[in-house]
Amino acid sequence: MSTVVLLAVTGLGLGALYFLVASGLSLIYGLMHVLNFAHGSFLTLGAFLGWMVAQRIDATSWLGFAVSMLVGAAVGALVAALTELVLIRPLYERHIEQVLVTVGLSLATVALFEGIWGSDARFIRGPEWLDRTTSIAGAAIPNDRFVVIAVAGVVLVAIVMFLRHTRYGMIIRAGVENRAMVTALGIDVRRSFTLVFTIGGAAAGLGGVLASHYFGYVSPSLGGSLLIFAFIVTVIGGLGSLTGAAVASVLVALLQQFANYYLSGTGDFVVVLALAAVLLVRPTGLMGARA
Amino acid sequence: MTRPPIPAAVGGTALIVLMAVLPLLNVRVPGILPGATYQPGALSLLALCMVFAALALSYNLMLGTAGLLSFGHALAFGAGAYGLGIVLERTGLSLWSALLVTLVGCFVVAQVTGAISLRVTGIPFAMVTLAFAQAASVLVRRNPWGSTGGDEGLSLATAQVPEWMVGVANTRNLYWVTLAMLVLVYAVVVWIDRSRVGHVAAATRENELRVRVLGIRPYAAKLVVFTVAGVLASLTGAVYLLLQSGTVPRVVSADLTITILVMVVLGGVGSRWGVIVGAVVYTVLNQRLSLLAHSDTVESLPAVLRVPLSEPMFILGTVFILVVMFFPGGIAGAARTTTRTRTRREGRDESPLAESAA
Repeated sequence: MSTVVLLAVTGLGLGALYFLVASGLSLIYGLMHVLNFAHGSFLTLGAFLGWMVAQRIDATSWLGFAVSMLVGAAVGALVAALTELVLIRPLYERHIEQVLVTVGLSLATVALFEGIWGSDARFIRGPEWLDRTTSIAGAAIPNDRFVVIAVAGVVLVAIVMFLRHTRYGMIIRAGVENRAMVTALGIDVRRSFTLVFTIGGAAAGLGGVLASHYFGYVSPSLGGSLLIFAFIVTVIGGLGSLTGAAVASVLVALLQQFANYYLSGTGDFVVVLALAAVLLVRPTGLMGARA
Repeated sequence: MTRPPIPAAVGGTALIVLMAVLPLLNVRVPGILPGATYQPGALSLLALCMVFAALALSYNLMLGTAGLLSFGHALAFGAGAYGLGIVLERTGLSLWSALLVTLVGCFVVAQVTGAISLRVTGIPFAMVTLAFAQAASVLVRRNPWGSTGGDEGLSLATAQVPEWMVGVANTRNLYWVTLAMLVLVYAVVVWIDRSRVGHVAAATRENELRVRVLGIRPYAAKLVVFTVAGVLASLTGAVYLLLQSGTVPRVVSADLTITILVMVVLGGVGSRWGVIVGAVVYTVLNQRLSLLAHSDTVESLPAVLRVPLSEPMFILGTVFILVVMFFPGGIAGAARTTTRTRTRREGRDESPLAESAA
């Protein structure tokens, strides 16, 4: 029983990380049809800069932790907005070229991070409470899992509220549904492109800081490894669907954790098999309206 | 397309003959080749260039002809390299039978992954192929039943390989094998491009709905192109194994796919000559930039310049972004524009204004 609880909570924590990456990817794809390969770099940069700032203040204090999360989110948002303005916008409506540019950006930035911080992982420490465990139903669960889950929950609620109850949120939702119609109504959808990139970048940057605590290290390849699973999550959840991304994040992460434990470390394969199965049965994903 | 076919064929044949006699000549290209062309160092670099040229050609068949943006091409390449390595190690088959067995296996892999991933199109297709390649990459690193050697990689079991292909002294022979493979891949690619299936795939790239309306099934054509490109990439991978006398997990990683993508885009998507040039330029540049990174000139620079310049992938990634943004046709596109401008200048002496508008 305790093993199951431990696996479930750990899986939820991992799912929360996937969601922080996948939410941005899914929104960006839904609105702009751009697959953002540079999303992992936003995450890595957020993690590194958050870590550096936390070290300046005091990495083991709650203040340092809170500031590092804010810095991570701000850095992710800023870099993502710049990426959209400088690299994506000039290639408006040329989807393959837009993907290629983000591929180039991710190549160049990962190399740059390796040049600056070295390619080895750097182990980090947070507030002491995060390293301790809490006992639930006999399972000793590391406290950082709860923080990751809580933050991802807050981000999910915030994005949903934003999409439901603000004017820009409505434009984004309408743009995902039918972009031509929104443009025909005289609304400049392009402004919301920068917005979704900023939101996605902020979520990814925040995810970077949390991922560095979850895994216990920062490294230039941190973003790339999460990105591939985030891609799988967005396809399984249905591209462009935020709820789909949330549900699929949890499903994929739980599946991965349980398969890793009970099926001798085959989590990654089981996830890819699940992807193949979903595509065979429902090519648009669990909650995707269109292919 | 507009080029008259006969001179192109003559030029191609001349190039093949030139490449074939290079190991017998003493040509030095300082700054590009590490030594004279009859020496193993230069020959193995040239052979590596040809391996990547063939790989880029097979990828171009997918992206250029069928418009399929795959992020899983490394899976096919790696299946060829690891497949041949494992078959040679585990069975007593001779090289040629082992190659045949490997290619049949790779054909099945390409069929299955293609059949599933082609259920979606466009960007989702890219993601699904990436997921498959990632699964393979994880599998290779996990080293199941001690077959792939994990992170260490797999070294070629030389017992069954003919003697004339083993060792540095025989680099020449491997070079010729690679050249033959490149010519074969090129011929198959041309054949597919000109076949009915190739035309259907190209038509699907332009307008899938119209192809469906005509009563043709684009899925089948795309699957054929995907499979052929996959098997060609596997053949390339098998030759790579022979050439490097081993293979490492990097050949199945997403990095390799992205490398091929960079070569193809750099050379010009859809142009067979372009992607070959792109592959050669990339391979040589990658080697040279690594040397530059450790040179004294770079070491003595301030950190702001030294750090970016000592990362070859940073330079290549930046070049790639610039090519995508400002030279969409890559090297082939730029060459075409230059020739066209020159012809026009000689022929009609048009004003510069009209040229820039065109």
